[in-house]
Amino acid sequence: MNKYGKITLNGLVTNNAAFKLVLGTCSALAMSASAINGFGMGICVTVVLLLSNVLISLLRKIIPNAVRIPAFVVIIATLVTILKMFLDKFIPDLYDAMGVFLPLIVVNCLILGRAEAFASKQPVLDSALDGIASGLGFTAALTIMGIIRELLGEGSFFGLHLWDFQIKFFTNSAGAFFVYGICIALFLFITDKVEKSFRKKKAQLLRVNNGEPLPAPETAEAEATAKEAE
Amino acid sequence: MGATILTIIITAALSSNFILVQFLGICPFLGVSKRTNSALSMGIAVTLVMLLATLVTYPLYVYVMVPLGIKFLDIIFFIFIIAALVQMLEKIIAKFSPSLYKTMGIYLPLITTNCAVLGVAQLVIGDTFYASIGLAEASSMNLGYALLYALFAGVGFTLAMVLMGGVRERIEKLPVAKCMKGFPITMVAAALMAMAFYVFTLL
Repeated sequence: MNKYGKITLNGLVTNNAAFKLVLGTCSALAMSASAINGFGMGICVTVVLLLSNVLISLLRKIIPNAVRIPAFVVIIATLVTILKMFLDKFIPDLYDAMGVFLPLIVVNCLILGRAEAFASKQPVLDSALDGIASGLGFTAALTIMGIIRELLGEGSFFGLHLWDFQIKFFTNSAGAFFVYGICIALFLFITDKVEKSFRKKKAQLLRVNNGEPLPAPETAEAEATAKEAE
Repeated sequence: MGATILTIIITAALSSNFILVQFLGICPFLGVSKRTNSALSMGIAVTLVMLLATLVTYPLYVYVMVPLGIKFLDIIFFIFIIAALVQMLEKIIAKFSPSLYKTMGIYLPLITTNCAVLGVAQLVIGDTFYASIGLAEASSMNLGYALLYALFAGVGFTLAMVLMGGVRERIEKLPVAKCMKGFPITMVAAALMAMAFYVFTLL
């Protein structure tokens, strides 16, 4: 896999901001009551993240190391101010739905985190890709949570009414914590399984390449010891 | 007057609890709530910064930024004021009480990027904030109410942190499924706590 593929996969899945790193939790919990709000929030974060990554990457040799964090914060705060004006003018519905969480994008750990960990050290193109990938990973996570909560809590899908069966628990704050927790657990479970099967395949491929015989099918006993070792 | 004060106290601390109802300040709630003591220190530090930040940002917004017509710069101004306040507070505490600095000091830099602080500064200048604390008209909103709201929002924040600290001390000793360990089980515990706080929103 080349460098760009790696950056993309890293942002989208392996280091997914919401489910793996658990960053930007405030907005993830607050804006996932409906799928469309989750998606809107995710896209806003993606736009800010992309622009801040590009700007910080361009300025990385100019900004002195000692004042880099305040400098990053100014850049991000300016971008969020512009975004706020834009939404107020052109998408007032989303502006109202986001409320106080729109200015709070400034203190979203995901954006400052990518600026510090990636954009301040890497070239522009890589940083831009990283911004898009991390942002879309965050958007996907928020949209999935939004779909689950809206389907169970409101009986609708992206605002489209499906049935009258509603569990109000999922639309209030307790449901947000619950769905988020279960989503993280499922995400970790699935990625763990996929990673294990990848590792097995790789080991087999290595043996074949080295001309070694394939291992005999694992016995029940070996599986049991492997499970115990876990 | 008295009724308004009571409404603000109950609203800020319980019925719109910052962590469990409004989802502000989730990062420290998940990060620093492993022990009850550290949760308490963090809660007190955040309350202090929230109070100070509101004391500076609210008058600045109402008496300087609105007359000058630079309302749109609120985000940039507020984040800078909060960052400066946190830095100052850190220096002052380090100078006057080294023992307090040792217990609280490591949490202070984290507070700058805490949603709860910027959240309270943004909430109290909101257009419909007066209605949410039971005032009849926007003109009767003043600095005193804003400060009271900030103080009790901090108290509610500390309450949720300490409760979570107690719960997590116990969760750690339980046999939890591998994929539920850490954040997921904490979230589920938080969901149960949020259900308890949901009762207050029905008041």
